[in-house]
Amino acid sequence: MMNSKLGLCGVLVLVSVSAFAVGAQQGGAPVTAPTRTAADAKQPAQQQDEGQRVFQQHCSRCHAAPEGFSPRISGTIVRHMRVRASLSEHEEKELLRFFNP
Amino acid sequence: MYRKVTIDLQLIEDCGTHGLAQSAKFTDMLRLHLDIKVPVAARAIRGSLFALAILATTHHGSAQNTPLISGGAGFFTSTNGGMTTYLPIIEPLIAAPLGQHVLAESRAALLEIVSPNGSNQSGYDHSHFIGLTYLQGDYLASRHFTLVGGDYLIPFNTYNDRLSPIWIGNLQDGPLIASLGTFSSGSGLGGMLRGNAIESNKYSIDYACFYSVPSSNEQFIAQRGSGGRASVYLPNQRLEAGFSYDRLLQSTRENFFGAHVWWEPKDTAFRLRSEFGRGQHAQGYWVEADYRTQRFGGLDSAIGRIEPVFRMQQTFRIDAVASDGLPSMNTQRVDFGLNYSLPHNTRILTSYARQFSASGNQNIWETGIVYRFLVPAWKGKR
Repeated sequence: MMNSKLGLCGVLVLVSVSAFAVGAQQGGAPVTAPTRTAADAKQPAQQQDEGQRVFQQHCSRCHAAPEGFSPRISGTIVRHMRVRASLSEHEEKELLRFFNP
Repeated sequence: MYRKVTIDLQLIEDCGTHGLAQSAKFTDMLRLHLDIKVPVAARAIRGSLFALAILATTHHGSAQNTPLISGGAGFFTSTNGGMTTYLPIIEPLIAAPLGQHVLAESRAALLEIVSPNGSNQSGYDHSHFIGLTYLQGDYLASRHFTLVGGDYLIPFNTYNDRLSPIWIGNLQDGPLIASLGTFSSGSGLGGMLRGNAIESNKYSIDYACFYSVPSSNEQFIAQRGSGGRASVYLPNQRLEAGFSYDRLLQSTRENFFGAHVWWEPKDTAFRLRSEFGRGQHAQGYWVEADYRTQRFGGLDSAIGRIEPVFRMQQTFRIDAVASDGLPSMNTQRVDFGLNYSLPHNTRILTSYARQFSASGNQNIWETGIVYRFLVPAWKGKR
């Protein structure tokens, strides 16, 4: 009995939180890019979007973005992510460009 | 140069810290009453020499491929039944690219456990642990094939190889079923093949399969076994679902099954993660949700940095053979966490958990602070 009550309560909480979270985003600001976002006006928007897409779909699925890092290790970070997230060479390049606009 | 380390299993588990350092060997050691000789100084020297060797073999020319040192440093407390355990920990990670297709990487755990003396004795006792969590070399043949060799984290479900670092986990304790399917130590010694099997605009399928040989080396404890994980990701729905299976081939042969579902709705900072695991003697599941609002100035605003977390989990024992690390009685647990991400990669974690089981209910209060570092291994040309 306790198991089913606990399960029911948990499901209710999860559903409530999910509904609130999704509802709260309706009309809200888009996701802010990670701290190392490429907000460089010179960067072609399409390339930046592609890099951001790769980051959001592959990297931030597991972890938040670190707040800033040296560009000298951006290639190493991207290769690490390539192993973890099975990125293609194209995605690796886009992610690298996203880190170094 | 040798120091004797004794860790009392019951005390650690009661204090709820066993899941904190899910990092492989540490978990394994916590589950056993240890009375071993650990060559602390010698091990540290060997580890340092190995790290230097990796760094020395990398090439210096590439501006963006400088080897990195990353990881987390944290301080955690866990209070259970009026007894507070303190745990300072550092988990350094090193990654060094070698040429165009190889990456060498390793993670370690260095920690000190300060816990109150049991049996109505006053004062505290302490013990420490230093060990490699994994040490592997990766050869990236293509997107579809990456060959991993060495001591690697077993890809069973998602917690062990994706969420266990202290700078990633939302709660101090790992799930109760985290030890299912990970062969006690959390890592395998041998080879793994992983990569992307199929990808289109609507879905992609990733896989990982491994074979591990037995090892009793104190830094590379592993058991014979094999298995793998396959997962499908739907980018438009931001939904991931996967299935894991592995088989322990040493001594008693056991099968483990796992499944996971993750959902991270687009344009939100809401995440829902869940896992189910079933072993020969027990099974269980966990569901975790966390959320950060963007409504009040974005994720980096004072309010956007607040992150409520909720996790519920249950374990069910199939028989009385408690060889899998799960509680010996059916257990239910709920965790309510409230985290705050400070600037400069620092995060505060607080949580309250209520655990129910026939062996007694528990309240577990936990706090912690984690700093994540990510720096080049040396100064170089920009």
